[in-house]
Amino acid sequence: MKTGKLSAWLFVTLAVPAVILALWTLLAELTESLYWPSPLAIARVFPKAWLDGRMTEDVLPSLVRLALGYLCALAIGIAVGLVVGSVRRLRLAVEPVFEFFRAIPPPVLVPIMMLIAGIGDGMKISVIAFGCVWPILINTVEGVRGIDGVQIDTARSYSLRRRQRLLNVTIPSAAPKIFVGARQSLAIGLIMMVISEMFAASNGLGYNIVQFQRLFQLKEMWSGIILLGIIGVAANAIFKLVEKRCLRWYLGMQSQER
Amino acid sequence: MQHVEKHPILSVESLRKVYGAGAGAVEAIGNLDFTVARNELICIVGPSGAGKTTFLRCLSGLLAPTSGQVVLEGKKVEGPPEGMAVVLQEYSRSLYPWMTVYDNVELPLKAKGLPAGERRTAVTEALGAVGLSSSTKAYPWQLSGGMQQRVAIARAIAYRPKILVMDEPFAAVDAQTRAELEDLVRDLWQRLGVTVLFVTHDIDESVYLGQRVLVLSSAPTFIMEEVRIGLPDERDQLSTRALPEFARLRTQVYELIQQAKLVTYRTERPVAGEAVSHSV
Ligand SMILES: Nc1ncnc2c1ncn2[C@@H]1O[C@H](COP(=O)(O)OP(=O)(O)O)[C@@H](O)[C@H]1O
Ligand SMILES: [Mg+2]
Repeated sequence: MKTGKLSAWLFVTLAVPAVILALWTLLAELTESLYWPSPLAIARVFPKAWLDGRMTEDVLPSLVRLALGYLCALAIGIAVGLVVGSVRRLRLAVEPVFEFFRAIPPPVLVPIMMLIAGIGDGMKISVIAFGCVWPILINTVEGVRGIDGVQIDTARSYSLRRRQRLLNVTIPSAAPKIFVGARQSLAIGLIMMVISEMFAASNGLGYNIVQFQRLFQLKEMWSGIILLGIIGVAANAIFKLVEKRCLRWYLGMQSQER
Repeated sequence: MQHVEKHPILSVESLRKVYGAGAGAVEAIGNLDFTVARNELICIVGPSGAGKTTFLRCLSGLLAPTSGQVVLEGKKVEGPPEGMAVVLQEYSRSLYPWMTVYDNVELPLKAKGLPAGERRTAVTEALGAVGLSSSTKAYPWQLSGGMQQRVAIARAIAYRPKILVMDEPFAAVDAQTRAELEDLVRDLWQRLGVTVLFVTHDIDESVYLGQRVLVLSSAPTFIMEEVRIGLPDERDQLSTRALPEFARLRTQVYELIQQAKLVTYRTERPVAGEAVSHSV
């Protein structure tokens, strides 16, 4: 029974990717197009392209910059969001500005940031952080603003201290919204990581993909794109794991309401 | 009419509350003036919309009155007072869904600065007293309405308040649970020696629970009448409610409430140009 269920689940999740891969392989082998190498050919170049040193010299620096930029955005976005969300006047004053900044497509900031912060790691981390901060900030403000008045009254009537109110009431109550913003930002962060390396860099995933394309090593280029996809999926899985831990109460409550 | 205590724990003095200003202003509380003695169990009953919740919010320092004042243990209430615990009308929303039952009850004790050992004892005792010893690790949303209400009560009594204030706490639970919770309140009141101020719109409940019932008019609120409940201290859902005295009292309160709905009241300190009048 249990193994039957597992194999059914495996079949459902893997069926479509398998069909796509099969079609891709078939078409590529038939047409022998230079631009669309077959998955098999890509898989063959993958170890040499990425496992021979580029993991530590390119992929790792990319991931470190992504992590640092994203964590900066989380820290700043949540901290500022908590303050702005708690002060009505401040919120009304700055919310339009936030919306404006969010509306700017973050990649256009790369050239400007290059002028300000140079082309080193600092620039790349700043660009990632700047792109990621707005959804987190705006959702945190929204979350803090949406706290149930009864929950606030309860905290007040029991004279909870500021710190306790923040840690035990405000932050948990806003957490579901904060996670919504953090999820949006994660996708933006990945994009900004690659783009910042395409403009000006001497290492990194994005840099290498551009290099492969310039050298017309298209199989290698494709292998980089696939590696990016894998990194994206892995980042999402980690995110979901953290979310599941932190929002257990919220997910439980939601499944109860249904 | 007013019953004045020598050393009241609580005194409400010419309390008035108007929401908003100008043409859209709502006068919720016209004038309230009464005192509560230490260890008393007093019920406040009034039609819905009478301003009961407004009054409790002023009393508990969550809302500033327009004029007049509340004095608790000789100190004017200007923010939420230390020695008071409030069970809000929306009890299920007052429990924090991200905390277990245990943590919900413990949180105010942390705010009070109680050491860990004392907190554990207080929480365990309070949850035991309301019959929830086996649900400490559950989340509030996993519990029924009646159980959630017990958690809110446990949180209030664990806080060891001098005065316990409850706003229509049993309005949303079924009749059976309600009877149990009513007995729980009387039991806790007798055991803990706490002053209880219980607000309800249910006439029978007010007579069954209280030593004294204040009947409020509809908004803008004033006290229509104060009814002493001369029922024996040992009360029981079946026999107490069957007493002729119970029937007489509930009729009396019922008639007062009917009147309350008809009476409109003008405050003694009218807005400029307005005449002072009582009309029935
Ligand atoms: N925040 C508010 N702003 C304006 N009017 C209010 C507000 N809260 C309550 N009221 C009004 O005050 C009156 C008393 O309300 P409330 O105190 O909730 O009565 P009760 O608890 O007795 O049902 C009602 O007419 C209500 O509409
Ligand atoms: Mg009410």
